Amino acid sequence: MPKQVFKRPEALKDNVTHYCPGCGHGIIHRLLAEIIDELGIRDKTVGVPPVGCAVLAYNYIDVDMGEAPHGRAVAVATGIKRARPDLIVFTYQGDGDIAAIGTAETIHAANRGERVSVIFVNNGVFGMTGGQMAPTTLLGQTTTTTPGGRIALRDGYPLDLSQMLAVGRGSVYIERTAVTSPKNIIKTKKALKKAFQVPMNDLGFALVEVLSQCPVNWKLSPVEACRRVEEEVVKTYPLGVIKDTTEKG
Amino acid sequence: MKKKGFIRINRELCKGCGLCIVACLKGSIRISNKLNIKGYHPAEYTEKEKSKNRKCTGCSLCAITCPDIAIEVFRG
Repeated sequence: MPKQVFKRPEALKDNVTHYCPGCGHGIIHRLLAEIIDELGIRDKTVGVPPVGCAVLAYNYIDVDMGEAPHGRAVAVATGIKRARPDLIVFTYQGDGDIAAIGTAETIHAANRGERVSVIFVNNGVFGMTGGQMAPTTLLGQTTTTTPGGRIALRDGYPLDLSQMLAVGRGSVYIERTAVTSPKNIIKTKKALKKAFQVPMNDLGFALVEVLSQCPVNWKLSPVEACRRVEEEVVKTYPLGVIKDTTEKG
Repeated sequence: MKKKGFIRINRELCKGCGLCIVACLKGSIRISNKLNIKGYHPAEYTEKEKSKNRKCTGCSLCAITCPDIAIEVFRG
């Protein structure tokens, strides 16, 4: 009798996602749902989706969700966690959300060591609005607002938010991963699980930056977009653990 | 005995991105000629579930990469 070894996680609803073909959001949603199932925290988890492509995450992940204004997901999550410390609160944000408009509240939440998990999906463009330049856009990358490529003297340099947050003493666990290949996806799952366990153990702020592909706005096929992440994007945003002080404290 | 497996692809969930085709080490997945209800050419499994000389081992790499969780994997 054949045994089923892979199926949809229970915390993921049966809806068809609205994401473009090849988008990394679907993979990260599945990993989140699997982790929520494995830790058995589905009835006491609250998520805060961003403004951006993943704004409809509440249609896919079957946990309680509270929507936040653009960039303010960590601030809303702080409020939920402080009002109900027994809940497990995570935010799910894109790079336009957390690194552009939400930089201030994110830095202060990390510095205060709020017990929330932040999932930061970095694809280097404003995806939902049509591929404009984001703070995380690579130098030389062509977007709709930088038609000749991003130039440092005019548009500034790519913002490495994870490194910035690692400087503050309140953040405990920060890692950067990717979802371009099965190997990277398995590593991402491990990192996300740890990011849920750190606030659950009352240690502090945890963030996982996931380098995701955006085939439509990069004008590449899904497979080429994955290759671009592995060959180009990782030069500016190297993968690996950026900060981990869980052992000491 | 070699390990055998098979997969089932939900053609209405699939958007035809082709990531599973790259992930499959045995080359057992291809893009279908037919359209699904959303207008994409979905991926399809090229082997028969019960066939004895199928190459699929049930490694789940295709299902792990699938952004739309359209693939179910079975072993045995």
